[in-house]
Amino acid sequence: MMKIENLHAKIGENVILKGLNLELLKGKVHVIMGKNGAGKSTLSKAIVGHYDVEVTDGTINYKNKNVLDLTPEERALEGIFLSFQNPVEIPGVNNAYFLRTALNAKEKYQGKKETNAAEFLKLTRKHIEQLGMKSDMIARALNDGFSGGEKKRNEILQMEILQPDLIILDEIDSGLDIDALKAVSEGINRMKNGERSFLIITHYSRILDYLHPDYIHILQDGKIVKTGGPELVNILEEQGYQAIEKDL
Amino acid sequence: MAQEEVNKILSQEYKLGFSVDVEADTAPPGLDIDVLRFISKKKDEPEWMLDLRIKALHRWEKMKEPHWGHLDYTPIDYQSISYFSAPKKAPNNLDEVDEEILKAYDKLGIPLEEQKMLQGIAVDAVFDSVSVKTTYSKTLMELGIIFCSISEAMREYPELVQKYMFSVVPMSDNYFAALNAAVFTDGTFVYIPKGVRCPMELSTYFRINAQNTGQFERTLIIADEGSYVSYNEGCSAPQRDENQLHAAVVELIAHKDAEIKYSTIQNWYPGDENGKGGIYNFVTKRGLCEGENSKISWTQVETGSSITWKYPSCILKGDNSTGEFYSVAVTSKAQQADTGTKMIHLGKNTNSTIISKGISAMHGQNTYRGLVKVAPDATGARNFSQCDSLLIGSECGAHTFPYLESQNSLGQVEHEATTSKISDEQLFYLRQRGISEEDAVSMIVHGFCKEVFSQLPMEFAVEAKELLNLTLEGSVG
Repeated sequence: MMKIENLHAKIGENVILKGLNLELLKGKVHVIMGKNGAGKSTLSKAIVGHYDVEVTDGTINYKNKNVLDLTPEERALEGIFLSFQNPVEIPGVNNAYFLRTALNAKEKYQGKKETNAAEFLKLTRKHIEQLGMKSDMIARALNDGFSGGEKKRNEILQMEILQPDLIILDEIDSGLDIDALKAVSEGINRMKNGERSFLIITHYSRILDYLHPDYIHILQDGKIVKTGGPELVNILEEQGYQAIEKDL
Repeated sequence: MAQEEVNKILSQEYKLGFSVDVEADTAPPGLDIDVLRFISKKKDEPEWMLDLRIKALHRWEKMKEPHWGHLDYTPIDYQSISYFSAPKKAPNNLDEVDEEILKAYDKLGIPLEEQKMLQGIAVDAVFDSVSVKTTYSKTLMELGIIFCSISEAMREYPELVQKYMFSVVPMSDNYFAALNAAVFTDGTFVYIPKGVRCPMELSTYFRINAQNTGQFERTLIIADEGSYVSYNEGCSAPQRDENQLHAAVVELIAHKDAEIKYSTIQNWYPGDENGKGGIYNFVTKRGLCEGENSKISWTQVETGSSITWKYPSCILKGDNSTGEFYSVAVTSKAQQADTGTKMIHLGKNTNSTIISKGISAMHGQNTYRGLVKVAPDATGARNFSQCDSLLIGSECGAHTFPYLESQNSLGQVEHEATTSKISDEQLFYLRQRGISEEDAVSMIVHGFCKEVFSQLPMEFAVEAKELLNLTLEGSVG
């Protein structure tokens, strides 16, 4: 699905990624774990083309294209979706209007017929119910005055409507209570179809109990230093990052 | 960086900056009694009007240009301006309008031939100093509605003009109003008789074409008891290096149970990024809610002019009368706007609402200045004010000066103000969902203006949105 090779990136003057290699496989759930400051969020920002990050070397290949040549919106239209760690509030912009504009932009890009307002409402109602969101959320301004949990559910709602191919979840589990964590995890699991790939960035193993990852990658000092199966999570849980550092 | 791209979007060229070649009759620059005589004669005015003009000039000469606005501009040389310019081929009837002028209006998207007009909108077109064409006048006349140029009104309905002109904005109200009273050239006159609901939108389109000329129009709208009218004005000017002065006066009178809805889309040439050229827009607009239960509502979308000094106000004299002010003011490039409103509560249970949205970008400076005054007898008066500012980039400014004078302890006044910024994070969030940068900027700006746009009549809401898009549109990336 995506192959990242020798990725170097900096934010301002700080060099964060230092020759990172990572391959994301079709239909698989990949998890990136690592200490604070290891470069987890920088990696996700580099993939989606965030202004903060300057890529100085390396390639990110996705669907036979170098993602680094594409604008942020082109990457999104090609099916890369980032669930933000802190979704920004945009007052005055109606949530439904925003979401339908995004969906129509994607449909137009793919040469499909645009979903009309009635179809769109039907579609969103279904997802809102499944996610246990309040029905007025879709009529409110985008993330404006939403609680932390509501913002994260709104990210998942967008993901379910836009049906992306590669889903990056940056600390989707932070600040969620048990009910919200469950609702969000179920939403993510509904997206699994054997084709889609997931890149999950997290500090905690709790959400992984729901998501059943295939691969765990440890990011340290700007590089992937270890890759393993789900069992790696248990080692981390019991012995911390020290155990892995010793191994290297 | 994202900011550079946004600036590129914002520094779009002014699309209405063309001028047409029309043979014009122009007064030599300068201002004295002879110029007033010239104007009055050109317009075939009654003697009493010339006397009023001369009186106004004498008052103006004793006044000083006000400088309390948060505005910085090169001084205006009033003797270098020409106070009258009219196309030479003055139309005697509606079919004689100069081809070139018709073309100019066509180019602006305002066809003056009635069959081409959008249904339900009557237009008065003012070209430099004269009204060149008023459409649908005959149809409206059947209902007793008068919709004509103010010059025509002075000749045909002198008793109405004499009764109401200067009754809301006295001739020496302020420096620019006094100047206007002396030299005003044309404008629109509207009278809606008792109990009549005007069946179509009335609208005036002001166009400055001639060089070195000021535009000084005067509009007078009277809504008699129980009547209703929705009136719209639009304006534009050619792109020129020198500044041109526009000093208009608008007076509205709403009698018992009457309602006037006044919408403005102002798109005068804004000047360039360095502040060169553009229209100086010093305008006095005031409405009098004379009778009980009357209502006056101002909606303005201000995107043009290099300097805007404008405070559409309501005097709420009748008990239970209502005043509203909805405003979007955009300052980009080097534009400066000092705009707001005055709500003067005189009658009992009077009610006013102020919604002001200021958008500043590039080096634009945007000031909201508003006064809410509650007189001793205005028991039960209520006001709600909301002033929001949106900043795009870091070199622009937003300022808010709300004034409150309450002489009645039973009045209820609420004021809310916010300042926000279009951040890179907001733009990026929308782009990450596949929305182009241009659409993302426009989505955020439109969301910010929503409450004001919803007040505009449909056709004009569409125009306002497009205008905002034009101001924000451009090549991205």
